[in-house]
Amino acid sequence: MSLFVNIKKEYEDFELDVSFESNKKRIGILGASGCGKSMTLKSIAGLVKPDRGRIVFDDRIFFDTVKRINIKPGKRDVGYMFQDHALFPNMTVEGNINAALKVNEKKKPEAGKVNSKDSKRALDSIIDDFELREVRRHYPAELSQGQKQRCALARMFATDPKMVLLDEPFSSMDAFLKEGLRLELMRFLDEYDKTVILVSHDRDEIYQMCDHLILMDKGRIIDSGSTRELFIHPKSKTGARLTGCKNISRIERIDDHRIKALDWQGIELITAQKVGEDHRYAGIRAHDFISGKEGVNVITCKKASISRLPFEWYVTFDNGLWWKLPKELSENNSALSVPEYISVVPEKIILMK
Amino acid sequence: MDLYPLLNSLRIAAISTAVIFVAGIAAAYYVAKLPRLVKGIFDCIFTLPLVLPPTVVGYLLLRFLGPKRPVGIWFLNMFDIKLTMNWWSGIFATVIVIFPLMYRTARGAFEAFDVSLAQAGATLGLSKPYIFFRIILPYCKQGILAGTVLAFARALGEYGATTMIAGYTPGRTATISTTVYQLWRTNNDMLAYKWVLINILISAFVLLTINLLEGNIKRNGKNKS
Repeated sequence: MSLFVNIKKEYEDFELDVSFESNKKRIGILGASGCGKSMTLKSIAGLVKPDRGRIVFDDRIFFDTVKRINIKPGKRDVGYMFQDHALFPNMTVEGNINAALKVNEKKKPEAGKVNSKDSKRALDSIIDDFELREVRRHYPAELSQGQKQRCALARMFATDPKMVLLDEPFSSMDAFLKEGLRLELMRFLDEYDKTVILVSHDRDEIYQMCDHLILMDKGRIIDSGSTRELFIHPKSKTGARLTGCKNISRIERIDDHRIKALDWQGIELITAQKVGEDHRYAGIRAHDFISGKEGVNVITCKKASISRLPFEWYVTFDNGLWWKLPKELSENNSALSVPEYISVVPEKIILMK
Repeated sequence: MDLYPLLNSLRIAAISTAVIFVAGIAAAYYVAKLPRLVKGIFDCIFTLPLVLPPTVVGYLLLRFLGPKRPVGIWFLNMFDIKLTMNWWSGIFATVIVIFPLMYRTARGAFEAFDVSLAQAGATLGLSKPYIFFRIILPYCKQGILAGTVLAFARALGEYGATTMIAGYTPGRTATISTTVYQLWRTNNDMLAYKWVLINILISAFVLLTINLLEGNIKRNGKNKS
């Protein structure tokens, strides 16, 4: 499995310029809304036509402006999951799946030989696979979120796609539902063993589902690589933001292992990583602080303001640092006494360009 | 009471509505997809008959289709048909006057269409006609129906352009609206009242239908969210 994408598209006030290659089976594109991640996905599916470039999947050219190739979306063998599932509202669950199934029957070499009994059997087996038997004659408006997702998956898999594109599949759902649906989606995707590209602005979602991560900002790719690696060592400020780093400061290099954090009232910090001339920012994840005066990088804390979440404390200091620490739900809401000092080990300081 | 005007009005309205049903949907569908500037121009042209006085539409039609004009002469020579002063001449006038009503409601419906449905259809490999007739049209059904009914109602009431291009000949080109005018001119109040009543009943019925359709749209909207 390999995917090559190199595309450009210009709009009045936006330019998409994306280039990446991956042979991983779970690719994630993470970026803020409006960064062009969804447009990238639509270009791969053939729903958006780039101005220039080339898209190749498994030696099959989907799009190539030099060779004047632009394969129609329906011929790319690519499944697309839309944000709200895009089920046809005027058709039942069965009707939705059947619409796709009929197309797939025509694609096969033995087309024409498919009799109605076979297609009925194919429909029944898909409906069973996706646990939709009870609602097969229901309309999309009557389905629960979970049933909608299964119906959209069933419809997509009915065309037997080689690659599956997920466009913010959970963004319109509440947190409680999300978790369950995510697990269910992963179960089906694993079962069908397809290349998957997930586009999302939710880092948890991406972290959980993808092993190759692409970070996007303002129409460009700012970083790509192994998901875990990019979460541990983001290389840029935007990358750090996207992967959820709360504390980011401009820095001044003092020597190879010492920096001055300009946005945190100029505190001096010792780093494990060697400080390069081109390092401009430092980041500390909010849960990486330790309370107390021991060790290095001790920071004096003043004027803390505390916000209480069910399972976490959020502490903000007047020097601009955020500290996040776990809390028991049963703990008295005012139980946290903010220490006078916190510290951070040098290994936890992320240096960025 | 001679019911010819009722029959004539109904058939003109029905045929005109059938014509603009196809033309209006087609125009709306393609205009909705155009870039903004071109869209504005087409929108202006297609909506113009809605705001022009019907007499202006009638005048332009006569200038175009009249027996001494190129198109009129051509039809006269080729088919020995005079395009004006027949019962069906009213269809030319009515089609132009009611076209914007269909066009605008249908365009509104197409613009409210959830594009991702068509995109989903495309990625599944469904054909363009399938996507249009089985997904887009059903989705826009209520808007299109409301436009059709509204256009039909307006067609029944068309007077100005029709009277100019088809005139008023009892038993030949008379419609309800031209008949009412004629009856008023000849002080035949008894008969005029009857036709007025018929007209009001038909229009009320049509408007009730529109309201019912719109009610349906709102209820469906709630179900979807």
